[in-house]
Amino acid sequence: MAETAHAAGRGGRVTEGLRTYRLIAVMWIRSTMAYRTSFALTTFGNFAATALDFAAILLMFSRVDALGGWTLAEVAFLYGVSAVCFGLADLAVGSMERLGRRVRDGTLDTLLVRPAPVLAQVAADRFALRRLGRVTQGVLVLGYALTAVDIDWTAAKLLLMPVMLLSGAGIFCAVFVAAAAFQFVAQDASEVSNAFTYGGTTMLQYPPTVFALDLVRGVTFVMPLAFVNWLPASYVLDRPYPLDLPGWVAFASPLVAVACCAMAGLAWRAGLRTYRSTGN
Amino acid sequence: MGVGSGRLYVAVAAGGFRRYATYRAATAAGVFTNTVFGLILVYTYLALWDEKPQLGGYDQAQAVTFVWLGQALLAALAIGGGGFEDELMERIRTGDIAVDLYRPADLQLWWLAADVGRAVFQLLGRGVVPFVFGSLVFPVALPREASTWLAFLVAVVLAASVSFALRYLVALSAFWLMDGTGVTQMAWLAGFFCSGMLLPLNVFPGALGEVVRMLPWSSLLQAPADVLLGEADPLGTYLFQAGWAVALLAVGRLMQSAATRRVVVQGG
Repeated sequence: MAETAHAAGRGGRVTEGLRTYRLIAVMWIRSTMAYRTSFALTTFGNFAATALDFAAILLMFSRVDALGGWTLAEVAFLYGVSAVCFGLADLAVGSMERLGRRVRDGTLDTLLVRPAPVLAQVAADRFALRRLGRVTQGVLVLGYALTAVDIDWTAAKLLLMPVMLLSGAGIFCAVFVAAAAFQFVAQDASEVSNAFTYGGTTMLQYPPTVFALDLVRGVTFVMPLAFVNWLPASYVLDRPYPLDLPGWVAFASPLVAVACCAMAGLAWRAGLRTYRSTGN
Repeated sequence: MGVGSGRLYVAVAAGGFRRYATYRAATAAGVFTNTVFGLILVYTYLALWDEKPQLGGYDQAQAVTFVWLGQALLAALAIGGGGFEDELMERIRTGDIAVDLYRPADLQLWWLAADVGRAVFQLLGRGVVPFVFGSLVFPVALPREASTWLAFLVAVVLAASVSFALRYLVALSAFWLMDGTGVTQMAWLAGFFCSGMLLPLNVFPGALGEVVRMLPWSSLLQAPADVLLGEADPLGTYLFQAGWAVALLAVGRLMQSAATRRVVVQGG
């Protein structure tokens, strides 16, 4: 399988991966749509579960006017961007969480013998359209934030909005893939990845001023989640940058996203190489 | 219940404990995740209490203690679910429940015993480390008297009973609904929102705060926390928790007998 992929060349491999992903995802969507009521209910559940985080923020602001110096509308902006980015990444590759289970019960072998890229197969496995509930919730909060906060719109800020959302989704995708790669080694310690995926998005929903400096440094330089929203949002909202970083970093998110995805890809390959079947 | 059956339930509880103790890597992963979430929450709470000291009657150290207590009790009390109920629902769905009903043991007591074993392991395995970490790194408000700690442990035992009773109802709903995903999800939402995991219930504004404090979920985290922090009278708290536990366990009994009378076993 690896040989055929190499023969197809780099571009061919990507096309092949996307094609595999699309085919499997469409198959899962069809199977989900066989039970429409169940689909509607679980999508709503997904929406409500995410809304709980924002409910916590609303409850906090029912008692105070600012948190870490940020107003409700500004925090909602951070929340909306983080939730949309995370929701898109969760929709695209969130199923990779299940990799540890496949390694444990040996069903990963089935995917290895198929003539299609394993990463695409694992990512599209049990593709769950209900995760649009999470994206929808994020879009609604972001919509509220955009009407409530007073932004002095410029061309650069307008351009930065879609760039920020796409790069953020890319960064979260990289976190999901890297966490899945880690499961080849950790197996039933898969819950560790929750700390980085769900923990990461929860942290980004609050202003950077809330957290200890070392923690902010960690999510800027070590695991660059700050590029999802803290840095670009500081530019859009005319807020001082965390860690006194220079102004151009607000536009560095696409580069950071590409670098993260490349690193995650390497981690995935290394992880897959260490895989030994359960052998039954 | 004779001595013989008493021994049976102790064995079931020990089995529940051992079963979870097998997953060492998963336990370590849970400890790590609880610690990370505790860290994130602590900073948001510190910012909140910076803005408004004495919010909800807590000082900053009490609020921080509340966060780590929540992380310590989350798995033990299965506040977001994840105890025995998924397995019981699966047995109801597949029809394996018929085998359980033939056993010379009471269905409710059997699962209660298994869940007690699980809860004790989760408290020791997943709860202690994040709590100790939080207490060493952040300013916390812990009682000096052994009696307060003892009173707190009693409240935790009662909390575990209420938690079991609630999840037993969730599981039994599978007799009528077959697909329990929706109920499980609602139970998760209610558990998080109404127990204090999201935010201490005394911070909730006005009437909303009064209502959530009367619901059974406030027995899970808010009640033991207030006993530990010296914010509530233990006896009154116990009465509240025990009242809900007895009422919910009784409803579980009723549902159980209604369900087993109409049980239609799936498949051959």
